[in-house]
Amino acid sequence: MTPFTTHTGIVATLNRANVDTDAIIPKQFLKSIKRTGYGPNAFFDWRYTADGQPDPDFELNQPRFEGRSILVTRNNFGCGSSREHAVWALAQDGYRVIIAPRIQRDGKRLPGFADIFRSNTTKNGVLAVELPEEAVDTIFTLVAENPGLKATVDLTTLKAAFHGPGPTEFDFEIEPGAREQLLKGLDDIDLTLHHVEAIDRFEAHHETWL
Amino acid sequence: MGKTLFEKIWAAHVVREMPDGLSLIYIDRHLVHEVTSPQAFEGLRLAGRQVRRPDLTFSTMDHNVPTTADRLAIADPISRAQVEALETNCRDFGITLYGLGDARQGIVHVIGPELGQTLPGLTIVCGDSHTSTHGAFGALAFGIGTSEVEHVLVTQTLVQRKPGTFKIEFTGRLAPHVWSKDMVLKLIGLIGTAGGTGYVLEYGGEAVRALSMEARMSICNMSIEAGARAGMIAPDETTFDYITGTERPFAPKGRDLERALDYWRTLPSDADAAHDRALTIDTAAIAPQVTWGTNPGMVIDIDQPVPAPDAAAGYSRDDVEKALDYMGLAPGVKLSDVPLDVVFIGSCTNSRIEDLRQAAAVLDGRRKAEHVELLVVPGSEQVRQQAEAEGLDRIFKAAGAQWRFAGCSMCLGMNPDQLRPQQRCASTSNRNFEGRQGKGGRTHLVSPEMAAAAAVAGKFVDIRTWLE
Ligand code: SF4
Repeated sequence: MTPFTTHTGIVATLNRANVDTDAIIPKQFLKSIKRTGYGPNAFFDWRYTADGQPDPDFELNQPRFEGRSILVTRNNFGCGSSREHAVWALAQDGYRVIIAPRIQRDGKRLPGFADIFRSNTTKNGVLAVELPEEAVDTIFTLVAENPGLKATVDLTTLKAAFHGPGPTEFDFEIEPGAREQLLKGLDDIDLTLHHVEAIDRFEAHHETWL
Repeated sequence: MGKTLFEKIWAAHVVREMPDGLSLIYIDRHLVHEVTSPQAFEGLRLAGRQVRRPDLTFSTMDHNVPTTADRLAIADPISRAQVEALETNCRDFGITLYGLGDARQGIVHVIGPELGQTLPGLTIVCGDSHTSTHGAFGALAFGIGTSEVEHVLVTQTLVQRKPGTFKIEFTGRLAPHVWSKDMVLKLIGLIGTAGGTGYVLEYGGEAVRALSMEARMSICNMSIEAGARAGMIAPDETTFDYITGTERPFAPKGRDLERALDYWRTLPSDADAAHDRALTIDTAAIAPQVTWGTNPGMVIDIDQPVPAPDAAAGYSRDDVEKALDYMGLAPGVKLSDVPLDVVFIGSCTNSRIEDLRQAAAVLDGRRKAEHVELLVVPGSEQVRQQAEAEGLDRIFKAAGAQWRFAGCSMCLGMNPDQLRPQQRCASTSNRNFEGRQGKGGRTHLVSPEMAAAAAVAGKFVDIRTWLE
């Protein structure tokens, strides 16, 4: 897996909450038995009109987002189906970083990303960053006001810096295990195989039908 | 302090504690289907690796398969290639496959319990988010991505962070014609589609104890729709009767069964066990639920109007406007005034024998509305055979329904069973996402009884008064 240390790129925004993996990569593309070829089909139903042309009304099709590699969106991104194809599609469409808000409301904590989606990102060298809701609101405004806005997201220092007219920088947190895996581009099957003796010992006395 | 059901199963499966609060946990059952596995097997081949425990790995084809009588010859060459890839992979790696044409083929979450692969106390994974279904037996069951599928194939383990536990207590009893589907839709409406993220939900209370295994599976199935990776119900006599009452080839027998039962009885959460969160729901107050929007949390009682953009708790004005626009609905309309085009009875949420009996009871002696297309798709070939033995198929056909072979079908429309743009569908499935049942299709999630009644009326009705 490609390691992720730091990334600088153009920021695009998608102003929708609860974007599900059916929307990120619709069912017809799940018939493929390959790991590649998903990029042009990311957000297919929103991205193209009935005659297959890019739909000018879809936010991410705006010319100002040409060449983007950082996606900023709303809460609970990647909910629904476990399909890893969703992350493959985003990665192959050029996204290296996805930023979504962590919302604290009425004593409830609404996460930026759905669980399975988040663990799928780590396994594909894509960085999922949660920021406070106000920070994400600020970024939406910055992007709206500054076409071509770039950001640098640094996993070594855990900082996301937006290169607007003035510097805007946010600290973020990420699970240490996921950070390690991304920084080193580790293959987690290799890592687990280091514990194969522990698995053997466990299996020797574990009854799988109980 | 006591332990929860989840904590007991977790503790029994930790192979090794890892740094950073992660654990390597052992997996007892790995269920595999055609859509999320080919890239994992390809990874094995590229690395020259083997499947560690083919005896704990089971496979079926469900998502992609046609449900019509001529299904063995899959017309779509890409679908056919995927089904053939699974056949090859299972053959090459020594994995048992319940393929197309097998009398035990069906939706992976329907056949696991049927075959006795799903048992209390096990860890069960599958490259499919609705693996949460199996938690109804008091198992820890959750969906994984394809990289994790490959990880389990090679190591029979997964690296996981221990989730929190969230107790959902359903007090009292269900009112007549309200079902477990309504309980879980109500819950998702209350806590939202991310309300359970990071938690394992444990369902309990009098209303849950009173449910059959089929009904419990419908609840656990939709745990993922609340953001939770898993849902669980403590095993009890209902669970044990399900496992032992019918021939289930993989369930323990004889002395093994005695030992298993002794163990299973130790699994329920201890009285003094603490959950990280808890919520109590008054079951008697739950009305039949219908979704109005584009996620399962956008749900109302059948007798409530579609909400105004600023009146849907938990959703922004923008979210609601987009959802209403997609669904072709105006704020304030009653869903009983909106005509339907299609009714789909099926999916891993509601395609078991009990679901079909409920739908058949409504359809018996009635006929679907002329303009409605009615599709009844059993969850497995065993369910189909049992339904036919009970004569349910004749009731469905007499009511004007298409009676199909087992598969996921119009739950996600990977096979030819799809909605056309703007067709409106009452569906017993679990997801009303945009385009889920076909591009531009409009899905309303309901219980099997509500779906059957909607097929007859040609629009939604309040089953509680309509049947009188
Ligand atoms: S029936 Fe629907 S939700 Fe269930 S496994 Fe099949 S596609 Fe997934």
